[in-house]
Amino acid sequence: MKRRDFLAGTAATGTVLASGLANRAMAAEPLKVGFIYLGVPGDGGWTYQHDQARQKMLAHFGKAVETKVIENVPEGADAERSITQLALAGCKLIFTTSFGYMDPTINVAKKFPNVKFEHCTGYKRAANVSTYDARFYEGRAVIGTIAGRMTKTNKIGYIATFPIPEVVQGINSAYIHAKKVNPNVEMKIIWVSTWFDPAKEADAAQAMIDAGVDVLMQHTDSTAAMAKAKAAGIYAFGQSSDMIQYAPKPRISSIIDNWAPYYIQRVQDVLDGKWKSEGVWMGIGSGVVEIGEITDAVPAEVKAEALALKDKIAKGEYAPFTGPLNKQDGSPWLKAGEVAKDDVLSGLNFYVEGIQGKLPT
Amino acid sequence: MTLGGIDIVVLIASLMSASTPILLAAIGELVAERSGVLNLGVEGMMIVGAICGFVVAVHSGSPVLGFFAAAAAGAAMAVLFAFLTQVLLSNQVATGLALTLFGLGLSALMGQGYNGLKPPSTPDIRFGPLADIPVIGPILFSHDWVLYLSLLIVLGTWVFLTHSRAGLVLRAVGENHDAAHALGYRVRLIRTAALAWGGACAGLGGAYLSLVRVPQWAEGMTAGAGWIALAIVVFASWRPWRVLLGAYIFGGVTVLQLRLQAAGIAIPVQILSTAPYLITILVLVVMSARRGRAALGAPAALGRVFHASN
Repeated sequence: MKRRDFLAGTAATGTVLASGLANRAMAAEPLKVGFIYLGVPGDGGWTYQHDQARQKMLAHFGKAVETKVIENVPEGADAERSITQLALAGCKLIFTTSFGYMDPTINVAKKFPNVKFEHCTGYKRAANVSTYDARFYEGRAVIGTIAGRMTKTNKIGYIATFPIPEVVQGINSAYIHAKKVNPNVEMKIIWVSTWFDPAKEADAAQAMIDAGVDVLMQHTDSTAAMAKAKAAGIYAFGQSSDMIQYAPKPRISSIIDNWAPYYIQRVQDVLDGKWKSEGVWMGIGSGVVEIGEITDAVPAEVKAEALALKDKIAKGEYAPFTGPLNKQDGSPWLKAGEVAKDDVLSGLNFYVEGIQGKLPT
Repeated sequence: MTLGGIDIVVLIASLMSASTPILLAAIGELVAERSGVLNLGVEGMMIVGAICGFVVAVHSGSPVLGFFAAAAAGAAMAVLFAFLTQVLLSNQVATGLALTLFGLGLSALMGQGYNGLKPPSTPDIRFGPLADIPVIGPILFSHDWVLYLSLLIVLGTWVFLTHSRAGLVLRAVGENHDAAHALGYRVRLIRTAALAWGGACAGLGGAYLSLVRVPQWAEGMTAGAGWIALAIVVFASWRPWRVLLGAYIFGGVTVLQLRLQAAGIAIPVQILSTAPYLITILVLVVMSARRGRAALGAPAALGRVFHASN
């Protein structure tokens, strides 16, 4: 309690007790909103974007909302403890911002039926657990198109993290759209088994570069690969965050996660008492997935092509996973014109035809 | 020279660079442990070195100054540890863990506003025609000065520990501090100096990450390298050349598994990414099975509290 509040409080009880109590009741307690972060806001990527959205949400509501944050929470048993800690601290709405918090979130939610939970990128829901996710693969379709046009060696690299559906969607979508504009394109994929380890990300980028890759995409959170791309004079894309400090080259565009509209909406729902458990999956159209500025290193016609694709996706005229598409083993997946259903995509566990290598399971 | 789509020469050259941070941290920790102190704060000293080196290099424009600052910052952290454990006689394990947590937090604070900046580059040393010799040129003559310094430090540590009187005294303190004290050696002073040296090396290792290998600043960028360095000291049974071997095996397998993936070789990714740890454990098992426990060579007074009244 701040000294000023304390003085005001004692003054009220000491002099005009009745009116003091009435004031208390009218000035509602701020809503406490909790956030669990996988990394630190300084990662310049995934967690940074969640934290930016949190700050925008705070600015939007002013004194009506208060936030509590726990950073650097490993996915696993530790997560359950941290989420419980936030619930015990009086948070009424808790955002858990990584895939690996799925089961911990569900477990804690059972113990706190009056607290609302929002789990990012998962698929398990309960009466007080919603899930929210972004169709990052829509953004991958756009940068995949640029990558296919920009590569001279016909080798594009993808630094992958863990074989979860979100990452597999990204790889497939980027490959499909690179291949569409450049039939000779080949995709090299390195699984680094981490979301954040700058040294390992840099090593992976260097391994790609030495193997002849000249356009690099990443699913990891730090800007380490960007630095290697810059040194080697190749192209790369910002991930999660704009990474604009590396523009105009190596960063020629980016996929930006903009969670702010969603966070503001959900906090408003709780304040209005209208919060419901649901699963939302937002894409370019809703503004959650943004394409960062395409720099002048990209020829004008390629830029126009990419932006046209983005507009078609935003308007819902085109879905990145539209047949005819085959699975990696050559068996048919989608017939011509058929669009992949959300429940298939949210459990996607195979490569499409043409990608080399075996998907880890 | 290629084998299965992987250029062996490039692989060896890159593994040397990838191993240097853990090599530096491990060789410093080796000296500290040979003096009988277990400092679990390597990770914390590394990351403070990483940010201090980065900040100084960015502002001064000189990576050399950055590395000096990193060594000084690492040593300062170690002296803090020495004060707590040698003067105030606090528990070494707990203090070391605290030092790591402190270092991670302090570096995050100091690093505010340094995300995404590019440090001045540390160029490779030019050896002229030597660098053009096939195979040997790229492997031995295509690196930056810090990498050569790390090899010199390994050599120097070996000479110091096994061929100098001062090294003998340091080992005596680590084996039996009471006897060393009875002979008139100043146990706490020697240990503080050894710790400071260890901290300076860890700081250099951290700065190698932020100034050469990545090169940029990111919070928590050491990502466990300090713990690997600690394990490598045990793996090396407290011997300098084995530290070099251990660091290069670990770094080598890490780099190799990424390159195997880039070359599209069909080995399950899970096996590849556990390989560095598996191989480290395997070597440890083989070495300890062959010679018995005493031959592992842990300093006898490692981790024990010294007080002159005992």
